[in-house]
Amino acid sequence: MTSFSLRSGSKELLWPTTACVVGILVLLPILAVFYLSLFPEENIWPHLFSTVLPAYINNTLILMLGVGVSSTLLGVGAAWLISSCDFAGRKIMNWALLLPFAVPAYVIAYVYTDLLEYAGPVQQFIRELGDWTSPKDYWFPNIRSMGGAITMMSLVLYPYIYLMAKTAFLEQSPSLFITSRSLGRSPWVSFFLVALPIARPAIIVGLSLVLMETLNDFGTVDYFAIRTLTAGLYDTWLNLSNIGGAAQIALVMLIFVVTLISAERYSRRKQKTYQNRQGSHGRERIKLKRKASIIAFAACLIPVTLGFIIPASLLTIYAINYFAVSWTPKFATHVFNSFSLSVTAALVTLAIGVVLAYAKRIDKSRLSIVMLRVSSLGYALPGAVLAIGVIIPLAATDNFIDDIFRDYFGLSTGLILSGSIFALIYAYSIRFLAVSSGAVESSLEKVTPNMDLVARSLGYTQSQTLLKVHLPIINKGLLTAVLVVFVDCMKELPATLILRPFNFETLATYVYQYASDELLEQSALAALIIVAVGIIPVILLSRTIDNK
Amino acid sequence: MISAKMKSLGALALLSAPLFVSAAEEVNVYSLRQPFLMQPLFDAFTKETNINVNVVFAKSGLAERLKREGKNSPADLVLTTDLGNLSEIQESGVTQGIKTDTLTTNIPSQYRDPNGEWYALTTRVRAIYASKERVPEGAITTYEDLAKPEWKGKICTRSGKHPYNVALIASMIAHHGEEKTESWLVALKSNLAQKPQGNDRAQVKAIKEGVCDLSLGNSYYYGNMLTDPEQSEWAAAVRITFPNQNDRGAHVNISGVALTKSSPNKANAIKLMEFLTDDMAQRMYSEQNYEYPVKPGVPASALVSSWGKFKADPLPLTEVEKHRAAAVKLVDKVNFDG
Repeated sequence: MTSFSLRSGSKELLWPTTACVVGILVLLPILAVFYLSLFPEENIWPHLFSTVLPAYINNTLILMLGVGVSSTLLGVGAAWLISSCDFAGRKIMNWALLLPFAVPAYVIAYVYTDLLEYAGPVQQFIRELGDWTSPKDYWFPNIRSMGGAITMMSLVLYPYIYLMAKTAFLEQSPSLFITSRSLGRSPWVSFFLVALPIARPAIIVGLSLVLMETLNDFGTVDYFAIRTLTAGLYDTWLNLSNIGGAAQIALVMLIFVVTLISAERYSRRKQKTYQNRQGSHGRERIKLKRKASIIAFAACLIPVTLGFIIPASLLTIYAINYFAVSWTPKFATHVFNSFSLSVTAALVTLAIGVVLAYAKRIDKSRLSIVMLRVSSLGYALPGAVLAIGVIIPLAATDNFIDDIFRDYFGLSTGLILSGSIFALIYAYSIRFLAVSSGAVESSLEKVTPNMDLVARSLGYTQSQTLLKVHLPIINKGLLTAVLVVFVDCMKELPATLILRPFNFETLATYVYQYASDELLEQSALAALIIVAVGIIPVILLSRTIDNK
Repeated sequence: MISAKMKSLGALALLSAPLFVSAAEEVNVYSLRQPFLMQPLFDAFTKETNINVNVVFAKSGLAERLKREGKNSPADLVLTTDLGNLSEIQESGVTQGIKTDTLTTNIPSQYRDPNGEWYALTTRVRAIYASKERVPEGAITTYEDLAKPEWKGKICTRSGKHPYNVALIASMIAHHGEEKTESWLVALKSNLAQKPQGNDRAQVKAIKEGVCDLSLGNSYYYGNMLTDPEQSEWAAAVRITFPNQNDRGAHVNISGVALTKSSPNKANAIKLMEFLTDDMAQRMYSEQNYEYPVKPGVPASALVSSWGKFKADPLPLTEVEKHRAAAVKLVDKVNFDG
């Protein structure tokens, strides 16, 4: 008995300490970007302020607002329909709504441009109808525009919010909603007054992921000729050879995101919602009548068609037409690389997320909270900037070890970490930690602290409480986190390009060598495989989440 | 105890693993050029020499990676797509000068660094593409002409920030000074049919569609398009024009190679450099990507030659390079992309 209490006593420090170590490892690359920002080649701001900065900021804000609003409407709306209504085709839509998630944003942008631009089939058809011969004869919305960019990005980003919101709705104890209904509130009022506020933390996690992704996207906005802050960043880095200045722009973007998220957290600082039991067992879905059922189905079908069916069909047509140039016997290797890397990174990222979120839960010290918050910053940095942040500490460690071995053993160890698979997994984990720690934290928040008290009073250590009590309760949140990180890793491009080992291709880098030259047709097959390999686990996992 | 020993042994084995990997002959390349362009050349090199070529391709960030990896960097060579990124790598101090008889004979002095810190491998012209249908031959002959009011709403181009356009603008600054270049750029912007967007090929497509009549684009894209089943009709709609043939000559940029300071396989790296500057590789560049060989006496491919001879601006590219930052800022100042 004595030894037992001693052990559990020493473990009180285990979680905060582990969290600190992990947190510092995660922070290193972000600190490296701070470090870079201290040494700009020249002060870039006077030039930017006096020229393009106002326009860049303006474009960035409009883009974020547009994508934020439309993907929230799509994501929350779809999640609510699926989790609380019964209609024909609901089961299919439940997972089909996730499909657009596997389509990289630059791919959907490319496909729709091909379809809707002047030379595309849609406008050709319109010209034939109206007997027109030049672009001046009729009006057609320009796909390469702000509206186009907002539409494209919302179509592939809304699944973040859909997934998070749906999980939150399913985790809600149905008794709350039933109580509200029995008190005479209509389903709509109950939704806005009961279900939505409880799901808010999860929806915000999804929304902040969407906004960060929008903020640091370069491929899509560049293709659509929308100059955002990211354009200014790349310009400063590549054209003015001023990586310090570029790091400063990245930090300004980061501060912007942090302020936004903190403001939201502050606004619900007094709001706490717990539940004692998991899930939707016994939940009564509202049975929709025939007409409403058709409308619900159609509403879900729109994002699925636009975000997945159309782009996937076009990719298939390209892949068939260009099969001879797109097929390479190395595809099996590319698939293996992408898949194994993404699975590993997703599991590592989940583990780190659990450590940080759980340490914050049991420790509640300022340090643990700060660790959890700052470790999510990697998502707000553009991938290429984060890659440079990863290289700096890794290469420094390698060279340090090498120096020691040279001095003491007369041996050179060369580079061990840089340019290895480890560097890629490290980068992915940092980049996507916000996804896993956010999902885990928002799920943990809903587990009442009574659970901890009961478990501890039954003699469980903190670690046992986590493994035997919390993780089983929040398994939906955990699966959601793994799934999102997995798909994100499959699509990850800028950091992979810079950090990868020699002769190492993922499906995304393979697609990029053509897509970077606007030759997507040549790599449509690989793009299709990204979508396929990314989507099968998503469907399987999402069914597991629902059946639990 | 034993397990602790085993662990440290294991760790040591892991650390020293790179030392004992059998040294198959190899050379490591950081490439800013796309793999599908370079692979046939590397394959030919491996076939001839039995030296394997390992590649990492990325369009940005490799210079920074090289710098941070420092003396232990595995990279031997860096391949780039224009002089801008070549000189950026040189300036960050991670290249070394190398001169061999083969290299200095193959590459004329204006196409290499005086100390051998970089060598050009191919050249390409920043050409003007003109609609065959709507622009009579000889109606436009210089870059300066693009600013004439008669072309209002008739010109298409990619972003002014793209390295190819930046280099052209920098060359304008080198010849005319910043002030005159600014007014040229303002006038050019006011002639644009649409906001700068897409790549060089997309502009030619826009001419075919009737969106505009003139565009700026690298010469090799003409070859790429002519030989692509879908794009050949875009190319068929335009005529390639080499600008400024009656005065200073057309603006030419290079793709090139540099040897890293840390190069662990230096002998093999030099072999690859020499190979890329020699007849076979130079011909392959022209046959497969429609660029101009830099080695004197190596003819361009039949298709490339069919576009006619041209006079290149003799101003050294290193002079152009000095105005790169000014050019980038000018693009912002006149809000060219806005």
